[in-house]
Amino acid sequence: MDLQTLWFAAVAVLWTGFLLLEGFDFGVAALLPVLGRRTADRHLMLRSIGPLWDGNEVWLITAAGAVFAAFPGWYATWLPVLYLPFVLVLFGLIIRAVAFEWRHSHHTERWDSAWTQVITTGSLIAAAGIGAALGATTLGLPIDADGNRVGGPFAGLGWPALLGAVAVLGFSLVHGAVFLALKTDGPVRLAARAFARRWSPVAALPLLGWAGLVQLRSGTLATGVLWLVAALAVVVASARIRVDREGQAFTAWAVVLLGAAATVFGAGYPVVVPSTIDPAFDVTIADASVSDYTLTVMTWAAGIGLPVVLGYQAWTYWVFRKRLSAEPEPHAPAEPVAS
Amino acid sequence: MDVLDIARWQFGITTVYHFLMVPLTLGLGVLVAVMHTMWVRTDKPEWLRMTRFWGRIYLINFVLGVATGLVQEFQFGLAWSEYSRFVCDVFGSLLALEALLAFFLESTFLGLWIFGWGRIPKKVHLASLWAAVLGSVVSAYFIIAANSWMQHPVGVVTDDATGRPLQVDFLAVLTNNTALAAFSHAIVAALMVAGALLVGIGLWHLRKRELAGAATTDVDHAVWRRSVRLGGVVSLAAFVLVALTGDLQGKLMYEQQPLKMSSAEALCETEAPAPFSLFAFGKLGSNECDDVHSWTIPYLLSYLAHGDFSTAVPGVDELQQEYAAVYGATYPDDPSFGDKAGEPIDYTPVLAVTYWGFRLMIGMGLTSAAVAAYALWSTRTVRVPTSRVGVHGSLLAVAAPFVANAAGWVFTEMGRQPFVVYPNPDVAVGEQVYFFTAQAVSPGITAAEVWTSLIALTAVYGALAVVELWLIVRFVRRGVPTRDGAPTPGPTPDGTPDADLPGGRDATDDVLSFAY
Repeated sequence: MDLQTLWFAAVAVLWTGFLLLEGFDFGVAALLPVLGRRTADRHLMLRSIGPLWDGNEVWLITAAGAVFAAFPGWYATWLPVLYLPFVLVLFGLIIRAVAFEWRHSHHTERWDSAWTQVITTGSLIAAAGIGAALGATTLGLPIDADGNRVGGPFAGLGWPALLGAVAVLGFSLVHGAVFLALKTDGPVRLAARAFARRWSPVAALPLLGWAGLVQLRSGTLATGVLWLVAALAVVVASARIRVDREGQAFTAWAVVLLGAAATVFGAGYPVVVPSTIDPAFDVTIADASVSDYTLTVMTWAAGIGLPVVLGYQAWTYWVFRKRLSAEPEPHAPAEPVAS
Repeated sequence: MDVLDIARWQFGITTVYHFLMVPLTLGLGVLVAVMHTMWVRTDKPEWLRMTRFWGRIYLINFVLGVATGLVQEFQFGLAWSEYSRFVCDVFGSLLALEALLAFFLESTFLGLWIFGWGRIPKKVHLASLWAAVLGSVVSAYFIIAANSWMQHPVGVVTDDATGRPLQVDFLAVLTNNTALAAFSHAIVAALMVAGALLVGIGLWHLRKRELAGAATTDVDHAVWRRSVRLGGVVSLAAFVLVALTGDLQGKLMYEQQPLKMSSAEALCETEAPAPFSLFAFGKLGSNECDDVHSWTIPYLLSYLAHGDFSTAVPGVDELQQEYAAVYGATYPDDPSFGDKAGEPIDYTPVLAVTYWGFRLMIGMGLTSAAVAAYALWSTRTVRVPTSRVGVHGSLLAVAAPFVANAAGWVFTEMGRQPFVVYPNPDVAVGEQVYFFTAQAVSPGITAAEVWTSLIALTAVYGALAVVELWLIVRFVRRGVPTRDGAPTPGPTPDGTPDADLPGGRDATDDVLSFAY
């Protein structure tokens, strides 16, 4: 496998890892008004993602950084074409991040509920916006031979972007619900289960549709099999959540994303920005890549760095593995109060 | 304004704003880790309270730095796509490595620190804070290495096919002497920011308590006293290092970007020995160097530039002609230069900005050092300062090192204009890698789009600044929670004890609930 292909795979892994991890904290944040009837329930939901969301978000920074580092031609085409949508995503991520920290820096009912709403709004904007950007870059953008946008500021926001947005939102909502069912106890757990049961098959359809379209455009037999794996995992996840097997449902729902993302990137390869104007204008990994020397340097750095990162991030998940409950725990005054 | 100007304003505003958070994160992170270490080692309650109090401010500030840092990574692609394409072989990989090797460390371990009180062993918990701080420092190194490569491109050759730099020596990029000098300067400058904060707030609380007749034997007194002493010592030591590293950086800059330094001095004609300008008057704003006159200290500039009192320092007028001869008197008549195509090139940066930016940086640094000296003097032995002017002045002077940091960066970045990647003088003319700012902007975007994002980001940033300041001021006024005779707080809406209100809980409980 040549270095460009290796780095295409690395970028695909980073984006998938981002969606898999930040997907559940996007989902939990979006579900705050739906599942968190009582203030205590909302606080429990926030506690479940509190120690994790920032580490998850670094996957986005790393994924975008890797696109810039390995395929600057992709980065420099993709971002300006979707200039305003990306700015909106940044806006969502900014307000969400400060809301997480500032929410509990002042204690009044209004302050708390206002920032909780900001977390939900910011997460919805970011999830939809990133989905739109990924949908557009895998299904097609209106670019000319130089990679410049044909049309006005919103020309990049066609149906591919819409499909990507709905797909990421749908996936994240159920992902967040299953995560809450797995991670919490009490009324939130029950409500999350019910939500996941109701929406689990339907919410995956846009994602399967997106992957299916890329598969139909340029898929291979192998990516077709991956798509089938994703589709099968939807069935398994829905079945397992119906019998309250939360761990299995969470794993299966993760496989839905893994299969769909593998299909999207695998079938798309080696094109990174398909042009809706003329296939001759497609940006491929060969057009977009940096030199082999730089890719080699990064391969070494990532080869050493990534396992370490995965190790300590997994350890954090292990440290915070305990199921959380909104009810105060008796005889445990030393229990950290993290909400 | 055209897209280029709007995009430059956007980059300037978002970057300077981001860099208000960054030095505080860097400096305060180190100091909070020191406090936490002292608590683990000595078990003294004041260190715990200090960790708690300053840690809170650290976190409120940290998150805004993270949030505004996101914009930084994306705007290279959004508004500066031609720049991104040009520097891609070097610049992008540094950003990616920063994310992989630094941001993960920072955010993961900070999460562990915030939520780990009581859950993980005490020493592992402390180590997680140090790991997060290390992450911040490493990230500073990578981003400064990336910036320094723009100031002084090393480790590359020109790719004949594309005309772009091709990386041949990654180690040279990482050990760029510009980067080493700038990094050490930035890190000690960050410590000055944190030191000034400790001094200003600590003195204010000491004086307030003294006037109210509070005891000088309790833990709270120890908290503020130690904060002032620690902040003062760190500030002064950091100031010495700032001066030394700054001198080093200045000498390098005279070799690498003589125009930037001569503009910082408004030195028009080459002079040997060259004087240092104390105060310039005349029409600095006209950017015509000959309209400017200054009060000067003879010989000093020769020393600052070259380490002796006689060597000639080249003047702006001469350098302008030199650069025009080598890099062209006008921009090429090429559409990639936009409105600037065929226009004459002004190699002299905006004099008013470089000249006063440089002086503002130094002046604010000196102010901060003077305040630190005052703080140490006024709290010697067991003294507590009650001077209104002194203490309130110190509180006001918390802003000084922030301004100094911002002014230093504005000077450094605007001083490199009209280049975005400055030609490296060590490389033979003709083989140099360089790029004009005028060709760096994204060609496909409209002025309306950049206006929209500029206005939106500025408005959001402004609003966030108001909230952040309000939160910090409010938190600082309340001081460290005490257990002595304070009313018992009511429960927060979720029924958990309030982390920030004083209450009758023991110290362990205090710290644990500090977690959120």
